[in-house]
Amino acid sequence: MSEIFAEQTAPTEPEGPLAILKKGLHNRSFVIGAAITLVVIAMALISFFWTPYPFDGIEIANRLKTPNADHWLGTDHFGRDVLSMIMVGARNSIGVAIIAVGIGIGIGVPAGTWAAARGGWIDETLMRVNDFVFAFPALLSAVMITAIFGPGAVNAMIAIGIFNIPVFARVARGAALALWQREFILAARVAGKGPVHITVEHILPNILNLLIVQGTIQFSLGILAEAGLSYLGLGTQPPNPSWGKMLAEAQTMIAIAPHLAIFPGLAIVTAVLGLNLLGDGLRDIFDPRLRRLK
Amino acid sequence: MFVYALRRIAMLVATLAVATVVIFAVMEVLPGDPAALILGVEAREDTLNALREQMGLNRPLHVRYLSWVTGLLTGDLGTSYTYSVPVSDLINERIGVTLPLALIALTLSTLISIPLGVLAAARHNRVADVGIMATTQLGIAIPNFWFALLLVWMFAITLRLVPSGGFPGWDAGLIPCLQALILPAVALALPQASILTRIMRSSLLDTLHDDYVRTARAKGLSQRIALWSHAVPNALIPVLTIMGLQFSFLLTGTIIIENVFFLPGIGRLIFQAITQRDLIVVESLIVVLVAAVIIVNFLVDLAYGVVDPRLRSRG
Amino acid sequence: MTGAPLLDIKGLDLAIGGTPILKSVDLTVAEGEIHGVVGESGSGKSMTALTVMRLLPVGSRPFGTVCFQGLDLLAANEPEMCSIRGRDIGMVFQEPMTALNPVKTIGQQVAEGLRWHLRLSKAEAESRARSLLDRVGLPDAKLSLHRFPHQLSGGQRQRVVIAMAIALNPPLLIADEPTTALDVTVQAQILDLLRDLVAEHAMGLILISHDLAVVADMADRITIMKDGTVVEAGETVTLFETMTHSYSKMLLTASTHQPDRTAPDSAAETPLLEVRDLVREYTLPRRTLFSKAPTMRAVDTVSFAMEPGKSVGLVGESGCGKSTLARTILALDRPQGGNVHFEGDDLFALDTEALYEKRRHMQVVFQDPYGSFNPRHRVERLVAEPLHLSPTPVTAIERREQVAESLVRVGLSADDMDKFPHEFSGGQRQRLAIARALITHPRLIVADEPVSALDVSIRAQILDLFADMQARLGLSYLFISHDLTVVKAITNEVLVMKDGRIVERGPTEQVFAAPEHPYTKALLAAAPDLDRALARRRRARDAVEA
Repeated sequence: MSEIFAEQTAPTEPEGPLAILKKGLHNRSFVIGAAITLVVIAMALISFFWTPYPFDGIEIANRLKTPNADHWLGTDHFGRDVLSMIMVGARNSIGVAIIAVGIGIGIGVPAGTWAAARGGWIDETLMRVNDFVFAFPALLSAVMITAIFGPGAVNAMIAIGIFNIPVFARVARGAALALWQREFILAARVAGKGPVHITVEHILPNILNLLIVQGTIQFSLGILAEAGLSYLGLGTQPPNPSWGKMLAEAQTMIAIAPHLAIFPGLAIVTAVLGLNLLGDGLRDIFDPRLRRLK
Repeated sequence: MFVYALRRIAMLVATLAVATVVIFAVMEVLPGDPAALILGVEAREDTLNALREQMGLNRPLHVRYLSWVTGLLTGDLGTSYTYSVPVSDLINERIGVTLPLALIALTLSTLISIPLGVLAAARHNRVADVGIMATTQLGIAIPNFWFALLLVWMFAITLRLVPSGGFPGWDAGLIPCLQALILPAVALALPQASILTRIMRSSLLDTLHDDYVRTARAKGLSQRIALWSHAVPNALIPVLTIMGLQFSFLLTGTIIIENVFFLPGIGRLIFQAITQRDLIVVESLIVVLVAAVIIVNFLVDLAYGVVDPRLRSRG
Repeated sequence: MTGAPLLDIKGLDLAIGGTPILKSVDLTVAEGEIHGVVGESGSGKSMTALTVMRLLPVGSRPFGTVCFQGLDLLAANEPEMCSIRGRDIGMVFQEPMTALNPVKTIGQQVAEGLRWHLRLSKAEAESRARSLLDRVGLPDAKLSLHRFPHQLSGGQRQRVVIAMAIALNPPLLIADEPTTALDVTVQAQILDLLRDLVAEHAMGLILISHDLAVVADMADRITIMKDGTVVEAGETVTLFETMTHSYSKMLLTASTHQPDRTAPDSAAETPLLEVRDLVREYTLPRRTLFSKAPTMRAVDTVSFAMEPGKSVGLVGESGCGKSTLARTILALDRPQGGNVHFEGDDLFALDTEALYEKRRHMQVVFQDPYGSFNPRHRVERLVAEPLHLSPTPVTAIERREQVAESLVRVGLSADDMDKFPHEFSGGQRQRLAIARALITHPRLIVADEPVSALDVSIRAQILDLFADMQARLGLSYLFISHDLTVVKAITNEVLVMKDGRIVERGPTEQVFAAPEHPYTKALLAAAPDLDRALARRRRARDAVEA
């Protein structure tokens, strides 16, 4: 939930999805990032149909087993299979992060493009509100919201999502504002097109790249935030496993069963790393100016 | 510049005023009855009423808000329901852990990231750059509490170099305190340092392509001198913004990190107060933290005028 | 001019990242000589200069010899080059706005080279910097050493850059388009300054420019470049008299090109466009906390009228308000006072539907051939955009027909319809912009610097197209430009604008022949003029011979 912004990209030459894919295959960050992200998503999807063991299957006799042939990633203090829990945890993490990004885009982008199109006091007010939300440390407020409305995955989504709104609003507004100065927008105005028409036809397609890149970044930050909230016991609730919660439980047993602390952490790092690489790759592909710099 | 500062201060006060309303509304209007939370579900109505009376909860909303805000202005942050001590005492006691922790983390992050960022940009696309970029990519992806766990496992449990948690208090001497704070500070600093390194690098790569660097080279300055005396000062300007933002991450990062290390700081206090529904503590602490964030951002903004002369003339 | 030349470039080849940029370039500069290098964009003139400085981009591979005072610069190592740059060769760049470091004072920046090369103390270097700034026309009374670049105008910044370049009295100065970013009156001052400095210190100067008139005025000898090769070189007057290469000839004709225009009948109907007491203000940031925000009048009570079929030129330097005036006339901005009547109706009193009707008759062509089109749309959609104004819906077939017609009219092909704008060159894009403006059969086209971003040869073609369209379709143009030759070529009447006001107006011929307002006189005197420059040089030569 931080304010790392994708660099503002000027609209570049258009390319079909095929051309982008072709370019993407030559971009190392994109290929590695996309592969990792696909694996994590696949893991989450498979968990709906199959896990090696039931994720809540308590088997005290098998507790605290280190990784072995039966339990590839070992078992926890209740004898639950760590791999199964990580698989189900993936779908919680991804679910929370996707909805949170959706909230951010769904509200932030219309607000930002509207502010850019109208300017004047509407823009001023919206930016003040934005600054105001930014003044609240995001994690602090998320902790507050989940604590007040009760801990749980849904409230975590909303809490993280609220802080995505100003991020997307700012990115969308900044990019749209630059576009409004461009001559092709003036030409559209001379052709009698109104702000809504111009926003849909000219602004949105030209800031889409930027939003995709920012979306990837916020997605990965959402996964980190969800893990943090769950670690504090404010996110996903038992018996549903989540990566953050698993780490919180592992903390007390780190001296005797370090594997419990290793694998959920690696899962988080893998998912976040994959998304960040994907975002970097997409930015390079979309913006030839930056790629030339690299 | 003076007018600009005045206007920023006016804005700052307005933001804080709105913040108090929002925080008060969220905390007082939405959740359940604090008296019932303290006494439990089985409490009798007359005891509940007595407690409400004692806590001032029976007064109208705007009266409670005004008395809270006037209290804030006079330094009276209220009295904790659970600890039965003034909130300001709690803060004074705990800030001695959190502030040094955040400052050590900020110092570490700055000291690591700026030289690394410059190195990466100067050796663009060479081994050092690729290595630094890969490391920071990893640093951003690692959740700080997991990194904290690994540090504890490594340095406290396996190597027994430092304690795994707790804080001895400043009376115990400087060394034990620093030992208690070093792992949390490293854990806090890692992601921030990674972000800052990347920003320093990309900012410097941008300025290295600016015309004035070429002008400096045309004067006869070597690549190295042109880098340090022309490109770096300009590249630091955006880095400064990010450092301002990072202060708020560091503050809130303590909520999690102090929990990992059982440090009696502000972050742990606020977390405990939230879970115990100690509303007055939560409200006051959030106001104090938001104020800190806004003021730091304001100072960063003023610092801009020092590093960037173009902003000195803004009105 | 005896002995070995100061700079002798022989057979210079340059490739960047494997792409050939320069092919066997020869160029010599003698002491005290001004050598002009002319060429259009991509001709390699700047890269030649950067090769001499050895400041080429990463991945560049130069071959050949660049002999400076007997030393082959291509064989010199980096420390040697560091001591040559700034001390023996100074350089002035095109963009004064970005050539100075924004966070250092101008005094520090001028003193820097002195301290670096001569190891002067801070105080000594500063006092030398002071006298240098005095020399380039920035006396202490006008400009303290402690000012920052953003506090200076473009012309002042370029003077600072020149002071930096000549700080150590280098025998060779390279100026790469030193006045391209500047207004014409400032350009004249900077060129005078360069000329004086060269004479004073017997410096060699390489003056790189796209403008034949500037170079003819300044240079003793000229080299014309195209696509990385030298096409022609020689002494200035002789070169123009004996020009042989087809490219040089084309460049010469294009520079002085006047499109054929048939004078429209002067039928006195109601004016097509009438602007009355127009005022457009912008709000500036407040100075003090409680005072009212000050305003800046970009357009200050402007009035004029245009007859149908005529073209009016609007001339002025940057910041004079000419583009703001255009935007207000196009009803993109609301004025604070006055009104704009188009075809007899007040544009700001019309409802949406009536305004659509007016917009169909009033279209626009902008300056930037790259920014004028949504890069994600195909030509068909781009050119058809003004059809949005059509009162009845346009079917897909009609749309294609009309776009095709419009494209053919501006000299493109109907097959271009399915391409994206990036598949076209700058000149072709300007044709697309004209096609888009023509699709609604307008009566008035507002053209805001439509040829300023184009190379001179392309510029001539586009001006011809404008003239041709006017003759065939009976269009009127409101032609906005900072370039007097362009306005002279294409308009019947001219308005001269300064600080938001029209200071002079009249028939184009008359204003150019006998300007009345001092500002117009200054503008005309400052504008580079090829014929005038050559005539002066011939006179000087004849005087020497006699």
